[in-house]
Amino acid sequence: MAQSALRGLCSRAQSFRLFVVPQRCHSLSRPLFKKEDVEVTFIKASGEAIKTKGKEGDSLLDVVVNNNIDLDGFGACEGTLTCSTCHLIFKQNDFDELPEKPTDEELDMLDLAYELTETSRLGCQINLSKKLNGLEVKVPSTINDARSS
Amino acid sequence: MIRYCSLSIQRSVRTFMTSSTQSQVAKLCIVGGGPAAFYTAQHIIKTFPECEIDILERLPVPFGLVRFGVAPDHPEVKNVINTFTKTAKSPQVRFAGNVNFGIDLSLQELKEAYHAVILTYGAEEDKTFGIPGENLKNIISAREFVGWYNGLPRDKDLNVDLSDENVVILGQGNVAVDAARMLLSPLDELRKTDITEHALATLADSKVKTVYLVGRRGPMQVAFTIKELREMINLKDCSSIFEKEHFQGIPELIPNLVRPRKRLTELLVKSALETNPKPSSKTFRPLFLRSPLSFTGDSKVTGVEFDLNTLQGEEFEHQTAISTGVKESIKSGLVLRSIGYRSVCADPGIPFDKQKGRVINTKGRVDHGVYSAGWLSTGPVGVILSTMSNAFETGANVVDDIRQDIINLNEKKPGLRAILSKLDARGVQTVSFDGWEKIDQEETKRGKALGKPREKIVNIGEMLQIAESGKKLTAKG
Repeated sequence: MAQSALRGLCSRAQSFRLFVVPQRCHSLSRPLFKKEDVEVTFIKASGEAIKTKGKEGDSLLDVVVNNNIDLDGFGACEGTLTCSTCHLIFKQNDFDELPEKPTDEELDMLDLAYELTETSRLGCQINLSKKLNGLEVKVPSTINDARSS
Repeated sequence: MIRYCSLSIQRSVRTFMTSSTQSQVAKLCIVGGGPAAFYTAQHIIKTFPECEIDILERLPVPFGLVRFGVAPDHPEVKNVINTFTKTAKSPQVRFAGNVNFGIDLSLQELKEAYHAVILTYGAEEDKTFGIPGENLKNIISAREFVGWYNGLPRDKDLNVDLSDENVVILGQGNVAVDAARMLLSPLDELRKTDITEHALATLADSKVKTVYLVGRRGPMQVAFTIKELREMINLKDCSSIFEKEHFQGIPELIPNLVRPRKRLTELLVKSALETNPKPSSKTFRPLFLRSPLSFTGDSKVTGVEFDLNTLQGEEFEHQTAISTGVKESIKSGLVLRSIGYRSVCADPGIPFDKQKGRVINTKGRVDHGVYSAGWLSTGPVGVILSTMSNAFETGANVVDDIRQDIINLNEKKPGLRAILSKLDARGVQTVSFDGWEKIDQEETKRGKALGKPREKIVNIGEMLQIAESGKKLTAKG
């Protein structure tokens, strides 16, 4: 009873975490509901590294959207598996460690991505876990050389 | 009334002008209001915020092929509209619909009013075969068919006769597959989409059982993408039947292919060699190595006469179809032609390649102060990602040219004000983005009553009326 009341209070507090002192809430309720931060670094085609954070369970597309990360045209279909604009390139080790293999539908979309590699995935299909903390992913350049003719 | 509407767009010009250094603002005009337009604008306002971008669209409503091309059962693809809306609402951008470039305004007039003009008006003309019988009734271009079910005003009265069991679609690209899927999908699936009511009513009486998707080359040259193929294979109450003989030797090629051709071919081979087709009332039948010679019928088409082909050449990408001299007829009461589009030259001042049907350009640069993006630039190929990156490239080149003074911002340009007064004088009623949002609300409301996400208004007069209704002066056009 007391626990659930506390939980309600804390989750409400969490949603306004900019305006309350978060530490107290954090330490008291962490085992019950607190999702841990997971650190992610996006490396842009220019070489610029953007270090940011998401919560466990967030997709990499969520991380980009929630943190307002400036990636041109990223996530055009908003995570509905109908485009390939959230294409990300993983390091081989990280790629191998991803818990879920891509579905046919994800691979179908990746087929249309530029700079496709053996370790490419769609960001909207990758959910963060503690294990992925410190993940580094490469963002292919969207401005492709006009090869189509 | 006309003047009133333009004034609300004008007011937004002034609002923005006062907040920026007047002489250094880049006044840019984008002709066409589809994905290429919005992606170009998005890129420019991000990399060169000191700009005013006016998007002039022929129809009263924005978004081009995202609204009128994307199939109604692919609503997720239309999510890009959210980003386009954000761009349209940014302080630098104004939308003016119902402006017919080449008729209401010339390229010269736009060049005089703006520092740069970016042409993105797409590809709207169908390629034809030029063979006997092509003018028979019920031989329709797939583009018109798509326009008809998607509510494109000019195709609203298209007469589609679905009284015959067989349909031949000529062409093997994604538009052809979309058309096939619309003809073969269970009606209940389509009812939930924003397909027009007139198309739904016609499809409800459809007698179509078999749709042939005919290409002049083989399975290695199909132009559709794997997602569209997988959808056909998984379609409810429809089986896909391939000609096995055309797959001889193809499984052996797979290991040496690269993506995406590799996975597409794997799926084709797997489906083609499937021995137990599911029981179903409808059939999807891709046919290969056939070129149409003529269409038969008295007034309405009853069939297609084909020449059977063989492939010549080593690498499959460059193989060409040559006639074997053997002929074959297929009975069909409806023929959809889907062999590509070309752009039209909307203004004599545009350097235009008539052969290829597109604007002559180098990475979006057409002429001094004139640019192009999207299908007008590249030809009608690729998915939304291709248009996006092409538009970003054009946007980047416009900004480069501004930074290098190739586009001279010290030159005084009147921008939208001059254009709107011209349009007023010519009796053209423009539609602002606010006006579109009224149309949008009305369409959503009508759709809700029918259990659909939207019922598109297909009459331009009605769109204009709704856009004008209850008009109040707003700061942002």
